[in-house]
Amino acid sequence: MQATTAQERPSPTSQTFMQRLSAWFNQERILGPALVAPAVLILLVLIAYPFCIAIWLSMTDKVIARSDTGNFIWFANFTKLFKDSIFQRTTMNTFNYALVSVFFKLVLGLVMALVLDEVRFFKNFFRGILLLPWIVPTSLSALGWLWMFDSQFSVLNRLLLDWGLISEKIIWLGTPATAMFSVQLVNIWRGIPFFGISLLAGLQAIPQELYEAADIDGARAWSKFWNVTFPLLMPVTAVVTLFSIVQTFADFQIVYVLTRGGPVNSTHLFATLTHQTAILAGRLGEGAAVSIFMFPVLVIAVVLQLRYLQKDN
Amino acid sequence: MQTGLRFQKITKTIWVYFGLAFFIVILLFPFYWMFITSIKPDTELYDMSQPPLTLYKPTLDHYVYLIENTRFLLWLKNSAVVATVSTGVSIVIGTLAAYSLARLRFRGSQTLGLTIFITYLIPTTLIFLPLAYVIRNLGLFDTQLALMITYPTFLIPFCTWLLMGYFKGIPKELEESAMVDGATRLQALRMIILPIMLPGIVSAALFAFTLSWNEFVYALTLAQTEAIKTLPTGIVSQLVLADVYFWGSLMAAALLGSVPIAFLYSFFLEYYVKGMTAGAVKG
Repeated sequence: MQATTAQERPSPTSQTFMQRLSAWFNQERILGPALVAPAVLILLVLIAYPFCIAIWLSMTDKVIARSDTGNFIWFANFTKLFKDSIFQRTTMNTFNYALVSVFFKLVLGLVMALVLDEVRFFKNFFRGILLLPWIVPTSLSALGWLWMFDSQFSVLNRLLLDWGLISEKIIWLGTPATAMFSVQLVNIWRGIPFFGISLLAGLQAIPQELYEAADIDGARAWSKFWNVTFPLLMPVTAVVTLFSIVQTFADFQIVYVLTRGGPVNSTHLFATLTHQTAILAGRLGEGAAVSIFMFPVLVIAVVLQLRYLQKDN
Repeated sequence: MQTGLRFQKITKTIWVYFGLAFFIVILLFPFYWMFITSIKPDTELYDMSQPPLTLYKPTLDHYVYLIENTRFLLWLKNSAVVATVSTGVSIVIGTLAAYSLARLRFRGSQTLGLTIFITYLIPTTLIFLPLAYVIRNLGLFDTQLALMITYPTFLIPFCTWLLMGYFKGIPKELEESAMVDGATRLQALRMIILPIMLPGIVSAALFAFTLSWNEFVYALTLAQTEAIKTLPTGIVSQLVLADVYFWGSLMAAALLGSVPIAFLYSFFLEYYVKGMTAGAVKG
């Protein structure tokens, strides 16, 4: 029955196999998943699977030197870490590094955005050159800072001494307190343009009419900022700040290039301690356990981001 | 009243340009210092009696030394190859995924879109360790191929997320009219949508190239042989320890390694800023 009805219609019989295949493939429920498949496959094999491996590794005593898979030791790595003074120090360092840096990046980035918003000449040129610290390879600009912090020839010391701002050389990377200050300084330097340019885009998205309305009401500059700019800039600021917190919390390159975590572990972050423990010292299991501590902050940031996105929709 | 207003305007202008000067000095001084160092002869560089910011006899010796006596050019080539391949792969895969997620309705597409957004947030430092383990088991440890297949893990989520925004901005009617004329979806995508999308794809590619050029953590752990290193890891791990009084050539290397990126982006600043803020401004 089916066959005869099909034969009565002229077009389907003239369809080749390829045409039918292409029509089948053209359906959204087939084509959709097919086109995402490559992306999903790569992310499954090289993100999701390694992440499970990380959790498993963190519960073993696997070391690089031995080729066996290591013994399953449940949470022994974690209890060891909690009692370990270097790890405790690293935890404090990471929070200090991330919170202080993000705070100053946000404040200075906001100032930069407000300034750039008012600049009338060569707008694009200034925006372009001020973005440089953010776009060049961090590891290479950190080398520039390594030279500026040099114990003997530091140009910063020479200028500050010449201008009479300090009376003796600052040992930038040589003492725990100054070393942490120095790596934070570099992180802030690199991050200001990211905040500045993103917030500038947010500022320019605010409709001009709102300011005109405020002008008619006789609002002063400060009250315009507080009642118009600030609330409308909030969403962008929140997204950019969350993104920056995640990135800064998991930062690696600046500390690796400038101090390798020293002096006496005063600048070790979770990421550099992971590298130190797992790759340099070869204790894969313990290193994996350190890296797991970067995860909670990521989860919190993701939850907040998703909540914000949902509100937006 | 009038003079008061004008006075206000002038003070504001002064503050704005004072602020601009402040940011220019703070943000660009390190580059100035790197450049000056790279063209200063050693005799001036390590002479503390000279004012540091001035320069008497500029020289290209440091650059010549860098090119002739180090593997700088090899690392430059490695970086270019790795960044080009991983960008190409990620753009193709990312465009297809973005089209599917932005345009086609199928079960689970929403969840997939969100999952890809979340992977975009995962820092590489969280995953490099187990990734090295997986790469070792695949037998790819210490090869350039390892970098070419791992870089897409952060490039694909980025490209997909960015391009989804672009796809959503293109009216559906365009491809629908093509499909009424008998084209399949893929034909409509190729003939109608992709040409319109070109600016978006260029900006995603540019951004992806920058990200892979600057990548450090994966390169440090997955490519350890000196000859296959990329520019950042080559310079940081092979040149820094080489010689104490090596700063001239080191700064030359750091600058030259940044030039391709600065050059690329100076042509595409508009795209770049749009790309950078796409996630932030539009959500």
